[in-house]
Amino acid sequence: MERLDDEVNPNTQSTPAAASAPAATAIEVRGLRRTLGGRCVLDGIDLDVRTGETLVILGASGSGKSTLLRTLVGLEPPDGGTVRIWGTDIYAAGDAELARIRQRLGMAFQGGALFGSMTVAENVELPLAELTEVPPQNRRILARIKLGMVGLEDAMDQLPSQLSGGMRKRAALARALALDPEIVFFDEPSAGLDPVTAAGLDHLLVQLKKVFEMTLVVITHEMQSAFTIADRLALMHDGRFLVVDVPEVVRASRDPVVRRFLDRQPPAPTDGGEKFRRFLEELG
Amino acid sequence: MASVLRSLGGSTRDLVADAGALWRLAAAAFTRGFVGPFRGERVRARATLAQAVRAGVDSLPLVALICFLVGMIMALQSAYQLRQLGAMDLVAGLVAVSMTRELAPLLTAIVVTGRFGSAIAAELGTMRVSQEIDALQVMGLSPVSFLVVPRLVALVLTVPCLVIFADVIGIVGGQAIAVAALGIGAQRYVALTLDALVLQDVYTGLVKAAAFGAIIGLVGCHEGLKTTGGAEEVGRSTTSAVVRSIVLVIAADLFATALFYVRG
Repeated sequence: MERLDDEVNPNTQSTPAAASAPAATAIEVRGLRRTLGGRCVLDGIDLDVRTGETLVILGASGSGKSTLLRTLVGLEPPDGGTVRIWGTDIYAAGDAELARIRQRLGMAFQGGALFGSMTVAENVELPLAELTEVPPQNRRILARIKLGMVGLEDAMDQLPSQLSGGMRKRAALARALALDPEIVFFDEPSAGLDPVTAAGLDHLLVQLKKVFEMTLVVITHEMQSAFTIADRLALMHDGRFLVVDVPEVVRASRDPVVRRFLDRQPPAPTDGGEKFRRFLEELG
Repeated sequence: MASVLRSLGGSTRDLVADAGALWRLAAAAFTRGFVGPFRGERVRARATLAQAVRAGVDSLPLVALICFLVGMIMALQSAYQLRQLGAMDLVAGLVAVSMTRELAPLLTAIVVTGRFGSAIAAELGTMRVSQEIDALQVMGLSPVSFLVVPRLVALVLTVPCLVIFADVIGIVGGQAIAVAALGIGAQRYVALTLDALVLQDVYTGLVKAAAFGAIIGLVGCHEGLKTTGGAEEVGRSTTSAVVRSIVLVIAADLFATALFYVRG
């Protein structure tokens, strides 16, 4: 069962001491395991995300990267292993402590996950309204600034359903940035977008990253986008990392599975043929 | 045989697990909704009011129509029997007591389940599927405070209000039949009704109504929140919310009626 019950109590908020002295490691993942429906989705993941870097987790669909991201932000408890954000084990932390950490995180979901009953501006204002004491007129100004950063000032009073896919992702990014987070997670920034819009979003991420010096964790299956924005790349395959390194090293890798992914080769014909045969058998 | 037992055991286990989850949601909602405000948590008055309008005001016409018709039916059915005893005057009391104690709360609960319980499940299910619930959690906002409590409080407050209307309209329905077909005057019908009714009849119904409101809200929210997958699952959650709400409402009705019966 997920934790539904972890809102911060406004009276118990305090300024976290860690904010003034950023640790070198923002997120420390050790031995993360998760089995879903008998399949090992996360198979002993170890990962360190350094403060201020852009880490891109690259992998084919079904490689476990979505589950990994959901586990990193505290949405899906792992079967084993730990996730520490700024040294705190998020699955062992109390509600109030977890909520304090979450206030310093931002996440942009793949489809945007904007609240359909609220305008774009209200979506961005929501975290400000709920978690800060900022008065309403200032919230509106802040929302305008955040939406301006992603180029959506003109769409402030539109409903999410009136936006295109790319605009929705940008609005989600603006909402993720509402509380000036120190770590931002982005789920598939370029999925479902045309190449030009996707490149625009990549560019935006690089720009925002430069200006705000935040830590950015992006998952994607788009290689081009990954190489554009990454400081470090983690290539994920079957629930484990094949390689975690700077893009140049990843590009030069001689590992056959890495090469296959980078060179966009389909799986070796033998297992492809086997699967196809089984598929035909199942069809009868 | 073994497989039948196994599947029976499996579904029983699922049902028990589900009941446990529903109970935990109820406990969390109670803590958030009724204890939280005393600890300085925000009271979402505007959201609650908006939900109360949807649950109450929007359901009123249908509740009124159904209770009016059922009031008429009750008058006719009881007249059919009472005519043989020559005790037509008892129609007024029979309609009034059965409306206030039983039919108005039950019918209102069923209408509200169909109109609002299903809407809650569909809404929360869609939010779950489109990751909006996840987004709330990642922001550090509790879906229980943000979504469940306003709906639950709105229902616990509005269903009894609807039942008061339903009581009156049901009695007026009976009166219409009495005047039109049974030869009892309008004023006499009112006097007979007031003679027969005691305050306990009314508040018995209202206590039930509040409990039904809580059931509809909890089941609707629970079914919505546990949705996984896509649009098809949202439809399934909606159906499941309506079916389970109605079953639980009727079971709770029997329990409450038995309790009130024993206590006099």
